[in-house]
Amino acid sequence: MKFGVIVFPGSNCDHDAFWTVEQVAKQPVCFLWHESHDLENCDVIIVPGGFAYGDYLRTGAIAKFSPVMDSVSSFAAAGGLVLGICNGFQILCEAGLLPGALIRNTGLKYICKPVSVRVENADTPFTSSCEERQVLTIPIGHMEGNYFCDDATLARLQRDKQIVFRYCTADGETTPDANPNGSVDNIAGICNPGGNVLGMMPHPERASEPELGGTDGFQIFQSLAGALAAK
Amino acid sequence: MKAYVYVSPKKSVLDPQGQTIQRALKKLGYQGFDEVRQGKYFELTLNSGVTRTQAEADVERIANNVLSNPVIEEFRFTLEE
Repeated sequence: MKFGVIVFPGSNCDHDAFWTVEQVAKQPVCFLWHESHDLENCDVIIVPGGFAYGDYLRTGAIAKFSPVMDSVSSFAAAGGLVLGICNGFQILCEAGLLPGALIRNTGLKYICKPVSVRVENADTPFTSSCEERQVLTIPIGHMEGNYFCDDATLARLQRDKQIVFRYCTADGETTPDANPNGSVDNIAGICNPGGNVLGMMPHPERASEPELGGTDGFQIFQSLAGALAAK
Repeated sequence: MKAYVYVSPKKSVLDPQGQTIQRALKKLGYQGFDEVRQGKYFELTLNSGVTRTQAEADVERIANNVLSNPVIEEFRFTLEE
């Protein structure tokens, strides 16, 4: 029952994720250096936010070749739980663990603000503490959060309930105006077909304690802790 | 030998940077440019031990796996002695 937080050169939300798991979710957690193949028997791997390798070339483009990502791919293929947050989501897409890619926001600006997202699928290990169509307020902070995939992939994501979060208004309407970055179909987070790999642009670790202004993000960690306890 | 690799966003992918440049050009009075697409350019210098055939195969693989993301980008390259 252990969480592992991967550390790339340039990760900067690794300590926030570690803190949330250790201090708020009260679960065992360790850091995993990107140059090691050893996942140290962790049950959940968190690929944190930041700017791995300075986002050089493309976001996540260099990080996907780190030794630890080979192990994460095998771990995910065997059904292991992997959560990619922001830059972590970008890395999981580059590594081919999730379909599509995250490109420059349509407004070309870095956006840092709380947004509303609607839970589209509460039947995943990451969202089991949530209600379907529940609206969560979680901050985003990104320049490349504009989710893109081709039409065939989008149709598959919709059909198989792989869209887990969509940007919405405060009362849960997924309007174009509620879409901060131009993502197709207001997508804020998706999972793989097995439901054991989730990528999301909002930062749940930044909304997990009242002192941070909100606790909606904690439901992700709570769901994971519950999934592990049930194992 | 040098390899010159050009990576550009696929036609189906929105290029907000290219659009912004196109609008700026229009403001500057250049009315003749309907579209701008922004991409990336790489110059790779190969050492003399690499044959042209090997270079072609390697550059193709590098451009596909590293320099571009096939989900959103396409590439072309040339080799020059």
